[in-house]
Parts: sequence; C-alpha cells; structure tokens
Amino acid sequence: MTAGNERYPAHDNQRIFRAILLTMSQPGSVTALGNWPNPPENLHPAAAAVCLTLVDMDTPLWIGKNTPNDIQTYLRFHCGCPVVRKQDRGAFGLILDGNDLPDLSEFNMGDIEYPDRSATLIIQVKDIQVGSGVLLTGPGINGQVQIGIEGLDTSFWQFLQHNNRQFPLGVDVILATQTEIVSLPRTVQVGI
Amino acid sequence: MSFIKESAAGTENTPRETEDTGYNYGYLDEQTKRMIRRAILKAVAIPGYQVPFAGREMPMPYGWGTGGIQLSASILGSDDVFKVIDQGADDTTNAVSIRKFFARVTGVETTEKTTEASVIQTRHRIPETPLTDGQIMVYQVPIPEPLRWIEARETETRKMHALEEYGVMHVQLYEDIARHGRIATNFMYPVKVDDRYIMSPSPIPKFDNPKLDMSPALHIFGAGREKRIYAVPPYTEVKSLDFEDHPFSVETWDDCCGLCGAKDSYLDEVILNDQGERMFVCSDTDYCTTRQQEGHRGPMAAREDISELKGTGPKAA
Amino acid sequence: MYVAVKGGEKAIENAHRLMAEERRGDLAVPELSVEQILQQMRLAVDRVMSEGSLYDPELAALAIKQSRGDLVEAIFLLRAYRTTLPRLYTTEPVDTTAMHVRRRISATFKDIPGGQMLGPTFDYTHRLLDFKLAAESSVEPAAHDEQVGDNGIARVMDLLESEGLVEDVVVDDDDPVGDITRDPMTFPADRDLRLQNLARGDEGFLLALGYSSQRGFGDNHPFAGEIRMGEVAVSIAPEELGFEIEIGDITLSECEMVTSFKGSKSELPRFTRGYGLSFGYNERKVMAMSLVDRALQARELGEEIEAPAQDEEFVLYHSDNVEAQGFVQHLKLPHYVDFQADLVMVRGMREEILKKQQADNSEEAA
Repeated sequence: MTAGNERYPAHDNQRIFRAILLTMSQPGSVTALGNWPNPPENLHPAAAAVCLTLVDMDTPLWIGKNTPNDIQTYLRFHCGCPVVRKQDRGAFGLILDGNDLPDLSEFNMGDIEYPDRSATLIIQVKDIQVGSGVLLTGPGINGQVQIGIEGLDTSFWQFLQHNNRQFPLGVDVILATQTEIVSLPRTVQVGI
Repeated sequence: MSFIKESAAGTENTPRETEDTGYNYGYLDEQTKRMIRRAILKAVAIPGYQVPFAGREMPMPYGWGTGGIQLSASILGSDDVFKVIDQGADDTTNAVSIRKFFARVTGVETTEKTTEASVIQTRHRIPETPLTDGQIMVYQVPIPEPLRWIEARETETRKMHALEEYGVMHVQLYEDIARHGRIATNFMYPVKVDDRYIMSPSPIPKFDNPKLDMSPALHIFGAGREKRIYAVPPYTEVKSLDFEDHPFSVETWDDCCGLCGAKDSYLDEVILNDQGERMFVCSDTDYCTTRQQEGHRGPMAAREDISELKGTGPKAA
Repeated sequence: MYVAVKGGEKAIENAHRLMAEERRGDLAVPELSVEQILQQMRLAVDRVMSEGSLYDPELAALAIKQSRGDLVEAIFLLRAYRTTLPRLYTTEPVDTTAMHVRRRISATFKDIPGGQMLGPTFDYTHRLLDFKLAAESSVEPAAHDEQVGDNGIARVMDLLESEGLVEDVVVDDDDPVGDITRDPMTFPADRDLRLQNLARGDEGFLLALGYSSQRGFGDNHPFAGEIRMGEVAVSIAPEELGFEIEIGDITLSECEMVTSFKGSKSELPRFTRGYGLSFGYNERKVMAMSLVDRALQARELGEEIEAPAQDEEFVLYHSDNVEAQGFVQHLKLPHYVDFQADLVMVRGMREEILKKQQADNSEEAA
C-alpha cells in the first residue's frame, strides 16, 4: 500500500488473476507482476501477489515449519487464511526456497471424481529464462517451449513428470521470482 | 511458440469511471470472485473436466447466462474490451441486456468487432472471424454434462468421467446411425478434449466445433444453475466424437448469405412474408457487416423491404 | 413483413416502462404501500422471506410490490439481493423450545404439557367468500394467548425421545454445518444440506412431493407430532466479545412429523421423524418439508429408494424455484441457431427418404 495513493483491491486482484490465468493457460509463458505488494523480506512480491489474489479464509495454506514469523503473520492477516502444517491439508502450498523442497508428492493430488480438489503450489525461485532449458509440451503450448529455472532443485522436474502421469490427478505449480511468474499445470509434459 | 512477456504491473490502478451502482466492481464481492477464479484455474489445469463451484444468484434468471456472467464478472478489468453475442448477433435482446449490465458494473469498453474484443461472452455461437492469441471466449452453458441424456444421475456421470467409461456415449451415437443413417446430433455435439475428458461444447452448432480444436484463444464455459465451470486452454486438441465409417461432418447450405454473399458462414433462415418466401443470412452479425463494408454483396442486398435485417432500418421499438 | 426478434436497448427500456405502468395500474386508485403489503399480505411476505432465504420483512414486501404480486419473481429479487450481502457473523442455533408460541398443535396426543393452542389459523373456517370484506373489514377484538414457559415449552418429540420411542438425532456440534450457498452441492448429501435445500425449496414442489409420499410413492405413514409457530430470539457470539448477544427476534414455523419404522435385527422398533422449519408463518410448507425430509432419510434408514420423494438427486436438484423458473423460461430466448441445425437435418433426411422411395417405385413400375 503506497501512502497517499489509494489502491483498489478489486483492480489489483483482477490484474494479478489475469496474469496467473494467462500463465496457467499458456504454460511456459512468463508474466511480470511488478513490485506490488510490499511483503516482508524473503517473501517475493510476485508470490505474495498470487497469495493475496487466490488465498482466503476458505483455502487453508500450507507453509513450512521454518517460515519466519513475520511472513506467517503477513499471510494470515492479509489473506485471512488458516495456516496448516500437514501437507495434504493445504489447498495452497507456499515454498519459500525452490532449492529446499519438501516431498511434493505429499501434497493433495485430488480425488479421481474431483481432481479439482488438489493443491496449488507456489514455489519461490531465483530466475526464469525462456528459450533454453527444460522442454515443455502439452495443452496451452503451441508446439513446444523451453524454460530454464534458477534456484529450483532438479528433482522438481522428475516430480513434474510423475505429476503428469497421474493425470487427471496432480498438483498445479506456480513458480515465482521476485517479480515474475510462470505456471506449470498438471498437463505439462516434461522432456528432460 | 516462443513466449509472451506481458506486464501486469501498472503502477497505478485507477479504475475506469463507473456509475455508482452501490455494488462492488464487477457486481460480485471479492471473496466470490476469488472462489470463481480458483475454479477457473483448476478448470484450465484439467481441460474438459467440470469443476463444481458455488454459483451465486445473479440479477438475471438462471438459464439466461448466469454462468457466463459470473465468469465475465470475475475476469473483466479496466484494460478489457468486451463483446457479447447471442445466436451470433450483438443486437439480440439478451446480448444487449448483458452488455449493458457489464458496462454499468465495470465501466468496461464494449465492442461489436470480434477482432477488437479481448473477452467475448457468447450464447450458442463461436464467431466466424478466427480468434487470436490472448482472446478469452466465455460460454453460457445450460447443461454442462455431455452424458446427462444417457444418465440423469450426477453420481453416475461423475463415476463415468472418473473411470473414462465413455462406451455408452458411442453406443448412443451409433444408435442414431442405425436409426437415421447418420448422427442426429446437430448442436451441443460432444467432443473429447486432449484425449481424456468428453465435454459438451455448449449448444453451439456442430458447425462451430472445429473452431475449438487447437484454437489460439482460451475457452471458458460457465453453467450457473448447474454450478460448473470448465475450460479448453489454447492449443489443445478438441476432437468431435465420430466413427471411422461415419466421420464427423458439419452442416452445409446450398444458399449463400443474402446480404454479404458469404458461403463459409453459419446461416440463419429468415421467413420474409406470408407467402413463405425466405432468405438466408449470416448468424454472425459482425462478420456479415464487415463483409458488406468491404463491398461484398449477396443476392438480396438490393431489396428495400429487408432494411431492418441489414441493420440500416429502424430498430424494433 | 417478418423479421428475426431483434431489439435494441430502446425495446428493452420500453418494456420496462410498460411493466412499470401496468404495475401502477389505474392512477385513480391509491398506490399500494410497502407497509400495507407488510401488514395485510403477511403470509405472502413470509413465503418470500422463506424461499428467498433472507429474513427481512420490509425488503420482502418491497419485492412483492415490485413483482406485482408474482411471488416466485419476488423470491428471485430477494435472492439476487441476498447474494451480494457480506457475511459478517454466523448466528448460534435458534432454540425453538424457548419459542414465544402463538400457535401449537399436536395430532398425536389429546393433550400435551403446555396445552394445544389454535392461534391464528384458516383451519376450521368455512371457506365462504366473505363479501363484506370486499367493502371494509370490521375487526372484532380477539383473545391473545402467548406461551413461554420458564424453561420453554417441551416438544412432543422430546417426550417420545425420553422414552426411547424415536430415533436419536445424532448431533455433533464440532461437525461443520454445510451451506449450499457457499459450497456446491455434492452427493450423497447429508441431512444438514438437504434441510437447507428444502427450507429454500419451492412450496408447491414440496407440497406435491409430500403428498405423493402419503399416497404410496414412498412409505411414510406420518403423524403431525407437533406444529408450532411463534417468535424466537437470534443470537450471535462474536469471537472478539467471547459471549452471546441477542440481535433480535424472528418468527418461525416448525413441524415435526412422527413416522413409523419397524425396526431391525439390531434395533428395537421405534418411530422415525421428519423435520420442517421456515421463516414466518408457513405451515403448509413446513408440513410438506417434514414429509419430504423423512422420505429422503431412506438411504440412512436402509429403505429401498423407489419413489421420487426418496430420491435425493431428483428432489434436491429440482426444488429451487429460482433455478427452475429461470431454466423453464429461458426457452423464450432465441434458439434459432440450434433450430436451424435441426431444420437442415430434418429436411435433408426427408429428401433422402423421398428420393429413395421414388427410386423404389420407379423400379417397381419398370
């Protein structure tokens, strides 16, 4: 919130949602969210924006045990969400460091009759490069696309392959640098 | 495809001027929009799968586009240009009513031009003008479940989707062929999305089905009364169900559009007088108008007594 | 000449003006006030609040005025307003035992503790048109009974329950109560969701279903254990306060039906129950509701599901008149694109068949 410059939450929510929708429907495309909002240190503005836009009292948020208190307080206050410790209870999971991943298969993968009940993961990374790196194909991708992620454990890509093989079950992932996001829904096929 | 790098980061977020309606921007409250937005994202992540959502009562009756309206209300923003069509036409009463509603509660810029629109809400048609990257189609859906006429129970159809038990659907289509010599489904013709879920494309004529396959646009379907949202992402395979010996085919007309002469568009039949004289016109009014402006003329274009159809005469009062 | 149904904004605006004109009627007749509707059309107000799912008599009366007395339309207006309201608190469950009872009857016992109380009712009136009312009504003073015991008025069902004669209602206060306006309905639906759906459901639909269950479509054999109507207090317990505060009184109608149940190998024979609750004075609605509630317990009670009233997908998906009236009436919207598709096909099929017949005939002739 900038002093003296009133913001309209409805418009921030809408703009960020559209950016997420764009990346989710075109996996591998990168969208800049900018430097809003102004979260505590170690919580990327882009990741915070995604949380503010999607998470609320109806969606429990999983965050790791070691998450600093100020980040927990910030999310509880601004999203009004319950914070949970059991991975399979989270509708959303926030992972602060892509190099320090929990066992991602422990998150809720959904129910075969209700695959939409699976978790959405927000993983903070350092940088996203487009045009080189991992080869992605699948719905939303015209042919193929390559992305290279800095600050993400390589085991992630094996997990994503496994995730895709469970389809229609599976989690959907949003990777967030300080200012940008890229989404990897369960439909994404990874060629390593 | 390479990638898109768009900025969603405008430093100021001043909304367009809106009439003081006493309601939140976009009519729905923020919590409701968040719930719908989460459902849209899951729908995109599971192409063709129907996501249940807690649909709200809207100020229009169920069955009149409340699903599409809730989607548009959750999607539209200040940067959008919005087009609404019903039966392909921008000037049908329900399209006018919905367009007016959004102009009022969001102040969104509206258009009748397919090429100018970023979001198009539709009932029963996909525009003839090819859609482009970044456009979003929002469909109004009465019955989202393609298996509903085979199995009335939700508990059963949900199992069928889960187990990919789609044999009955083919049996039904084949019974059509046995009885009528052809598949007698002409609209709401079922499709298979990304080789997994069978999906209803909403009551569009099957003529429009091929437009969904590998479309560069994002297609989102909303059923308000039935409380379901589903989607087809861009560049996704959408195959109309058929058989090797009875391949999928679309309607054709011997006539062309009486006004613009188009032979490649979906035509509506209009009865002109008590003698039963009839003509065919494009159902897509924007497509037809654009063609006429480009100088295309159909066989009836010179007739004076059809000025109202051409959009040049006085509108019905 | 004929043209497709097209109309611009002008046509729509004019339709609204015509409607307003007809709503007002003859200008020589004084305009109906919302207060008059509230006072003199109270049962209509109660129905609109009940199915509109919002306790606000003034707004319900306004909706009735705006809809020209079309109650389903008024219910729709109220619902569309309700959905935009923020949810500030959830009230504590109301206690109907503590009701200030204005009417209370039981058909199962001749007399009950607390007594029977007829209250305001159409029952036992002769349905003769009262032509005097056409001019002006004269009101004779009536005796006003109202009952509220120190510990409330015990319910007939509680008396049966203490003897173990009716099934226990298993109440788990920690179990979250569902809300079909916040989460989409999924099946099988638990009783909390079913009761919410029925409370919002169309009175006519429930009446017909309840009736069908009495006629053998479902095996109910009900007795009206107790019907009561009166005022109850509504409280909230804001977390920041840590205690309950009363925020007002509302009028409720409640019905508990006693129905038979033969028992099983593991259970002694006992009665089962059906429950109905509604805003305002809606006796027919709560009676019908309790019949349908009982019929819908077929699954839990291990009964065979054979009748429409027992079929929860059938009942719950079709009970809502806001949904139903919308979808039925959407057939008014243009469908000419789809009709054209069928028209093209039917013509083509006829042509093919006729051609074939002609060919066959000429072959025979040759």
